[in-house]
Amino acid sequence: MDLLRFITAGSVDDGKSTLIGRLLFDTKNILADQMEAIERASKSRNDGEIDLALLTDGLRSEREQGITIDVAYKYFQTPNRKFISIDAPGHIQYTRNMVTGASNADLAIILVDARHGVAEQTRRHSLIASMLGIPHVVVAINKMDLVGNSEDAFLEIAQTYKDLADKLNIKDLTIIPVSALNGDNIVERSKNMPWYTGETLLSILETVNVLKDKNTTDGRFSVQYVIRPQTEELHDYRGYAGRLQSGSLRKGEAVKILPSGTESKIARIEFGGQEIIEAGVFESVTILLEDDVDISRGDMIVSVDNSPIVSQDIEALVCWMDDRKTLKAGDKYLLQHGTARTKCSVRSIEYQIDINSYEKLDEVESLKLNDVARIVLRTAQPIAYDPYQQNRANGAAILIDETSNVTVGACMVE
Amino acid sequence: MSNEVSMSISVKEASDLSDQGNIDRRKPDYLDQLEAEAIYIMREVAGQFERPALLFSGGKDSITLVRLAQKAFAPGKIPFPLVHIDTGHNFVEATDYRDMLAEKTGSKLIVRYVEDTIKAKNLKEPTGKNASRNWLQTFTLLDTIEEFGFDACIGGARRDEEKARAKERIFSFRDEFGQWDPKRQRPELWNLFNGRIHKGENVRVFPISNWTELDVWAYLQREGITLPSIYFAHERECILRDGRLLYNTPVIEKDPEDQIVTRQVRFRTVGDMTCTAAVESSAATLEEVIAEITVSRISERGETRIDDQQTEAAMEDRKKGGYF
Ligand SMILES: Nc1nc2c(ncn2[C@@H]2O[C@H](COP(=O)(O)OP(=O)(O)OP(=O)(O)O)[C@@H](O)[C@H]2O)c(=O)[nH]1
Ligand SMILES: [Mg+2]
Repeated sequence: MDLLRFITAGSVDDGKSTLIGRLLFDTKNILADQMEAIERASKSRNDGEIDLALLTDGLRSEREQGITIDVAYKYFQTPNRKFISIDAPGHIQYTRNMVTGASNADLAIILVDARHGVAEQTRRHSLIASMLGIPHVVVAINKMDLVGNSEDAFLEIAQTYKDLADKLNIKDLTIIPVSALNGDNIVERSKNMPWYTGETLLSILETVNVLKDKNTTDGRFSVQYVIRPQTEELHDYRGYAGRLQSGSLRKGEAVKILPSGTESKIARIEFGGQEIIEAGVFESVTILLEDDVDISRGDMIVSVDNSPIVSQDIEALVCWMDDRKTLKAGDKYLLQHGTARTKCSVRSIEYQIDINSYEKLDEVESLKLNDVARIVLRTAQPIAYDPYQQNRANGAAILIDETSNVTVGACMVE
Repeated sequence: MSNEVSMSISVKEASDLSDQGNIDRRKPDYLDQLEAEAIYIMREVAGQFERPALLFSGGKDSITLVRLAQKAFAPGKIPFPLVHIDTGHNFVEATDYRDMLAEKTGSKLIVRYVEDTIKAKNLKEPTGKNASRNWLQTFTLLDTIEEFGFDACIGGARRDEEKARAKERIFSFRDEFGQWDPKRQRPELWNLFNGRIHKGENVRVFPISNWTELDVWAYLQREGITLPSIYFAHERECILRDGRLLYNTPVIEKDPEDQIVTRQVRFRTVGDMTCTAAVESSAATLEEVIAEITVSRISERGETRIDDQQTEAAMEDRKKGGYF
């Protein structure tokens, strides 16, 4: 059975947490004691109605305020698939937590309140989903019960969204009308919206093809750790522990070590101490080479005839996440790419992206929390990357503030 | 001398791993994906930190961690010690297993006792019905981290266990007092884990965050791992209290309403005896245990843990105080 990771996104109160609660409830994935706990917690709140959002809003402050602050992970299963659902906060203040959840998602469900239509946070989250290269986007126009289940209301918002999506890079877009509260078109098709003949949300989640989203062509292996047992039997053993970020590598294959450019051949691949012939995308294996070359954490082993770009000058889209400091030209940070970390300085901010119009804003001096922009960086050591939209794993990088040690930027290298 | 002995055991253990090789590796299944992710996280710990430790309780989640660590670093030894915070109220089956596993994997085992912390710090031990040293473990844990200067502690917590855990990062930053701040968690993007900290701070790392209870059981079965016997049905004298079965041990203070009964039970989680309940069962094999849990309508913690039931945010509050 395979695994789908999806995130719910969209503006405050559009029903993201309720939707996840509903999905779990209708697929019978809420256990009796969990349901009792939700009922108990719901009773102590104002109207006493059962609030399925309490399934994911688990922090004290979230329950006090009735909002989501940080992402919650919930796990469920149907006969067809395993799911990791990630419930993101809608509030602008917590956008970086949404980015955290979205960075690994295969699919994003963007909710829109049918009464209010597309809001600024809908646009921001859609831009982020597009920049992060989330391959599948489902727009769930929610609270249809509050607009009389009107097809016209649905079509109007759907059209607005399509216009917005035209300016973005969303590969696979589906728009559906739902009521998370009542469960309409979530697991069961709605009797209240006979005009809707498309798929239910669950049926989309169960059938979307995630295998083809993986980059299986570019062999990229980042070295995390060097295994050297130094025992008598394994005296000369030198294994490079790491993970295939993309593509595959085979025993006997000619490889290149980056950034140095040294060439060698794969002598052996091991998994858990046992020999295997080939390692595929996202597998954690150990590689042994034929030659005694100098390799350490941060290096990358790649197919000799398919090389990433190796450079100290990089351009990237960035989501800025620091609420204490702005980003300006001349600032210095640590850049973490794969397992490599290097100092870098910000050469310039090329442009910022306007959250509402998606237009480029020139001559921007600095970026503040939640701004999205394209920046130019110069790194102290060269990094071996692929453009993010071709290779999510090897085009992603983070910026770390050297004094606070906090992760302050999400970079998609172009 | 002793070093050499453990090395050779570790080599043997590595070849033990290869005996489990009849898995079809061509079709990546979700268990393979979860395993690959966990191994990747283990290696990030070894690569990013100077003094990591693996918190080992003798329960199934930490047994899973040890297996993952073996696979991550084979044919080498696990490059960090196993650390157990012993409340003194553990099941003997679990502590025996702990000692056996440390020896078998050639790992260094560090045990620190809550009892010693209570004496040294002159702490007041909770008394009465449902009294437990569970919370006191935090003091011993923080002292142990300080004693050895651990900068990363790998734990077996899973996000499906509890609603506060459902919110926690895989690399969970703790300040110099060991505190978790749920409102200021670091962003955690893609698989780029940021383990940078200042001296005195540490990171709790949860490689099996994305596993469910059933994933753990299925993995233990697939890997052919022998578990402590208390995970399987056996006769045991129990205290029947508020509908739950607790082991009848002197460390649990009896209450007039308690009934002493002998039942066929197994444990679904193994923690401190004072706050872990047994379930009635006849499951004698992993397969039967999995079958029972698959149809169970009660969650793992709901069925077995007394400590979470006390307030709505018990786990969150414990974590803010430095708990695992
Ligand atoms: N009538 C109606 N109300 C809904 C529907 N979905 C959600 N709601 C209500 O909308 C309110 C907000 O729902 P949440 O699920 O907490 O919203 P959210 O998007 O998770 O909010 P944040 O996470 O704080 O951004 C709650 O009172 C829900 O009961 C729906 O389909 N119909
Ligand atoms: Mg919410």
